[in-house]
Amino acid sequence: MSDAIKQATLEYATRLGDDSVVLGHRISEWVSYGPFLEEDIAYGNVALDYIGRARMYYTYAAELADDGRTEDDFAYMRSDRDYRNLLLMEMPRGDFAYSQVRQLFADVYATVMLPELLKSKDETLAAIAAKAIKETKYHLRRSRDWVLRLGDGTEESHKRTQKAVDQLWGYTHELFDMDETEQLLADNGIGVDVSKLRDAWHAMVSSILTEATITVPEDSWAVRGGRTGYHTENLGHMLTEMQIVHRSHPGCQW
Amino acid sequence: MNESTQAFREHPEFASLKIVEAITMTISQEENFMRKIENEEKIEPKDWMPEGYRKNLIRQMSQHAHSEVIGMQPEGNWITRAPSLRRKAVLLSKVQDEAGHGLYLYSATETLGISRAELIEALQTGEAKYASIFNYPTLTWGDVGAIGWLVDGAAICNQVSLQRTSYGPYSRGMIRICKEESFHQRQGYEALLALAKGSPEQKQMAQDSLDRFYWPALMMFGPHDSESAHSAKSMEWKIKRETNDDLRQKFIDQTVPQIEVLGLEHPDKEIKWNEERGHYDSGEIDWEEFYNVINGNGHCNRQRVEHHIDAHEEGTWVRDAITAYNVKKNAKKAQNAA
Amino acid sequence: MNTEKLELFEVFIRSKRGLDHKHVGSLHAEDHEQALEYARDCYTRRSEGVSIWVAKSNDICSSQEDDAESFYDPSDDKPYRHATYYVLPDPVNNM
Repeated sequence: MSDAIKQATLEYATRLGDDSVVLGHRISEWVSYGPFLEEDIAYGNVALDYIGRARMYYTYAAELADDGRTEDDFAYMRSDRDYRNLLLMEMPRGDFAYSQVRQLFADVYATVMLPELLKSKDETLAAIAAKAIKETKYHLRRSRDWVLRLGDGTEESHKRTQKAVDQLWGYTHELFDMDETEQLLADNGIGVDVSKLRDAWHAMVSSILTEATITVPEDSWAVRGGRTGYHTENLGHMLTEMQIVHRSHPGCQW
Repeated sequence: MNESTQAFREHPEFASLKIVEAITMTISQEENFMRKIENEEKIEPKDWMPEGYRKNLIRQMSQHAHSEVIGMQPEGNWITRAPSLRRKAVLLSKVQDEAGHGLYLYSATETLGISRAELIEALQTGEAKYASIFNYPTLTWGDVGAIGWLVDGAAICNQVSLQRTSYGPYSRGMIRICKEESFHQRQGYEALLALAKGSPEQKQMAQDSLDRFYWPALMMFGPHDSESAHSAKSMEWKIKRETNDDLRQKFIDQTVPQIEVLGLEHPDKEIKWNEERGHYDSGEIDWEEFYNVINGNGHCNRQRVEHHIDAHEEGTWVRDAITAYNVKKNAKKAQNAA
Repeated sequence: MNTEKLELFEVFIRSKRGLDHKHVGSLHAEDHEQALEYARDCYTRRSEGVSIWVAKSNDICSSQEDDAESFYDPSDDKPYRHATYYVLPDPVNNM
């Protein structure tokens, strides 16, 4: 592996790890707040899958960095300006409709992206994708069903769902942005060229939203910046909470 | 007894097989019920049972279910701050298990002809109780370890005993829960061990958590047998299999060496091995505190119930949406079929 | 407002290929599909199963205790249905 590729892969694994830990954290905020007990348990499983993914990506990043850092150094010792997750993942928990709409956007993204990552020449990334694909199949089944129920449920649930879609839509455009790092990896058969996935994502999301009687928004606005560390104000608060104990006791074991 | 039954009985292979005598019609339902209890046969949902037995079970099982569900809160309080990804995953799955155990227990209680909605209403109005241990706040990461080790440890003592309870669905629920619960205690102890062997600040955190949770954990076994309102009848019906004091003693005994391994100070200054009894003697529990918390005036009583009510009310529009969606879906199905 | 409108489902799990499905408990769900998903999340968190059945509790017809005598006692006097009823010489007794 050339040095440039290795550096790019390290950055890539970190980005995917950041996506996973941030979304996993947001889902975990639902524990004990679910609409009923069964859902509380089920959504917890999704959070666990994402925390598990974060650990795999970070462990690989740490291996590539080879500078003594561990998965926890990646999660806990980097500040919001260093985090490279997509903005969609860091948006607050919101109400149940907001969380399920975000989940649908993320799940469909994973559904179109992971099969490509599975083809990666990088065996570790391909192996993580193989595991994640199975999880995502189930996640999508859940978020799709929820968006259908909420969109085509009561007047209130419909209103909340449409509002969430409208609020989150502008954060979905950067899901398909490429930069030099990702282009280099895509050209070398390691990373995914996400710019080619927007149509598939849009088609799948639109068909689900339409079935849910939700209007698919026009592409009239977009907020970008996750991959360069230009975050929304939400991430700082999230990381402050997430990292407080770890950082209060430097160098300690847990 | 007819001829073939006789032959069956005398058959050497069947010598150990118990043949239940045909129950004559003169035996009362109550006697029949007690006969099953005495023979260690389980009572099953459709069986006749005294109203007192049913009520007693609903009270104990729903209290148990509510404890699991309310118990999600103090530990859930630390999921977003868990100090490592591994601990975060472990805690998340542990708290999720508590929800699962709540579900198993609600499910078992529903077999007694009461709905979960009624049970939850009783929790929210304060009519039904839950383990008062969860009315103590979790102030540090150490408390997560202490709860897993001490609170789940105490719960396990109780639940192991309840695997033999006389009501079938409750007994099966307990067996399932016990299988899953030992991971809870071990992860808690391991978390506390990491603190106790860590920096001076971490060790102090562990000691502080032990000091705050030890006594409330002892209170989990309930009042002394002589003071316990429900104990005698529950023992007679074999709903409970061991007394509060016996189970508490078991817990006190098993905890002493565990504290030693941690290298922490025992919170009970009077703890002392009694050779004659073969048990540890211990200091007296602050029963005033116990009744204060039970009666709703602990640190977090109001907060815990309000949290539950808020989440439940916030979920109303979601549950309404499900119902509405289902009605539409079924109407569509009917239309298509027509 | 409560969860009352959700239906009660009974859950049966096949823990291993080759074994029967076994009743493990119940849960609340909107319909069969959701009940299956929740059964997966609530009852197989530790890979306890390879197959799940769910059935609406109301759809299950069960025998009553009062029927017990008429249902089960009659088979008590048919010991000849049990293999060990037949005494065979030792050399062939593992038949």
